[in-house]
Amino acid sequence: MACYLKHAVYSKTVTPLILLIMKSLNLTTIILLAITAFCFQNWSSQSSYIVGDKAEDFSLMNVDGKFVSLSKYKGSNGLLVIFTCNHCPYAQIYEQRIIDLHKTYAPLGVPVMAINPNSPLVVPEDSYEEMQKRAKLKKYPFAYLFDEEQTVMPQFGATRTPHVFLLDSNLVVRYIGAIDDNPETPSAARNRWVESAVNAMMAGQFPSPDFTRAVGCIVRKKPK
Amino acid sequence: MKPSHSHRFRLVLSLWALTIFTPRITFAQEYSIYDNIEQLEARIRQAGDATVVINFWATWCKPCVEELPCFDELKAQYPDHEIEVLLVSLDFKSQLEKKFVPFLRAQNIKSEVVLLADMDVNTWMPLIYEAWDGAIPATVVLKGDKRDFSLGKFDSLEELDAFIQPFLVDANTLLKPVTCGGK
Repeated sequence: MACYLKHAVYSKTVTPLILLIMKSLNLTTIILLAITAFCFQNWSSQSSYIVGDKAEDFSLMNVDGKFVSLSKYKGSNGLLVIFTCNHCPYAQIYEQRIIDLHKTYAPLGVPVMAINPNSPLVVPEDSYEEMQKRAKLKKYPFAYLFDEEQTVMPQFGATRTPHVFLLDSNLVVRYIGAIDDNPETPSAARNRWVESAVNAMMAGQFPSPDFTRAVGCIVRKKPK
Repeated sequence: MKPSHSHRFRLVLSLWALTIFTPRITFAQEYSIYDNIEQLEARIRQAGDATVVINFWATWCKPCVEELPCFDELKAQYPDHEIEVLLVSLDFKSQLEKKFVPFLRAQNIKSEVVLLADMDVNTWMPLIYEAWDGAIPATVVLKGDKRDFSLGKFDSLEELDAFIQPFLVDANTLLKPVTCGGK
């Protein structure tokens, strides 16, 4: 879907390659190769989930040293997969709200699963050890997983921190987006989107809206 | 030793000079505050036929800050083109005096800076680019009805140039090697 996002940037590197191939191959093959090259470079790739998609299983290391898999949550009433991290100021201002979401909805069978998608090679504050420290300091009541290989982040199409994906009991995506519409003052939020979405889902309805946008820190990929 | 009159005069003169000239240097950086997206849209329309490069950034966003020098060099790179560079910050207005203004002063940014304080992000963001879901840095280049978007940091001026080239008529520019810093 979003493979065009950075295509312009890569066109310069891809062009010589195309010229080289052009000598030996036909036009269709060239176009196919070009598209592959563009999309391959893009990290919000075509596999990004949209509302209605079923999330694939994965297993990531939690801050307690144990692996946690998505399938473990099957049978709960749902799950809030929240991509967040240590370093991002926006993740920090939403941190307490993420804790509160877990405290409110975990007893109702919809817990939070936090995932740090950033590469500590680029952001040292987001290393596994720093995650452990933060989880302990802030007494995270939820799992805080490390997507070290950065494989889960592109599956979901998580681009920023914080970035929320609400899954239902069958691990089908029901809502993608922001927690609310007021980063600075939680009490002044006019829309608490995640709360509304979870409430709607638990009432057997489709969340509306099921997709929202919000400012956040871009996911930092490990250097190529 | 008692200072002479001429010494005193010189001292007073230099103090006067300091108070008069220092603020002019320090406050050289101007910025606009747009409280709603309509103001940004009006500013874009005002550019007419020029190519407009809009970089969305914030003082708290490390990759944004790293790539700012690239955008600040951009206008100088295309002396023969009508190109306007807008650095649109998504900093909180409440942090204006504490963070935003000191940052601008310290960085000595030459480009036009806007603080976009429209809090209704979910509404205005798709007006800028439909596929943008909120991560920054993000950059839009536009000319008339033509528009393109790039998510993430540009690592070099060459990368940024490749993104902008399709929006320049008869682009034939020699780029100075400028890196945007950081990883």
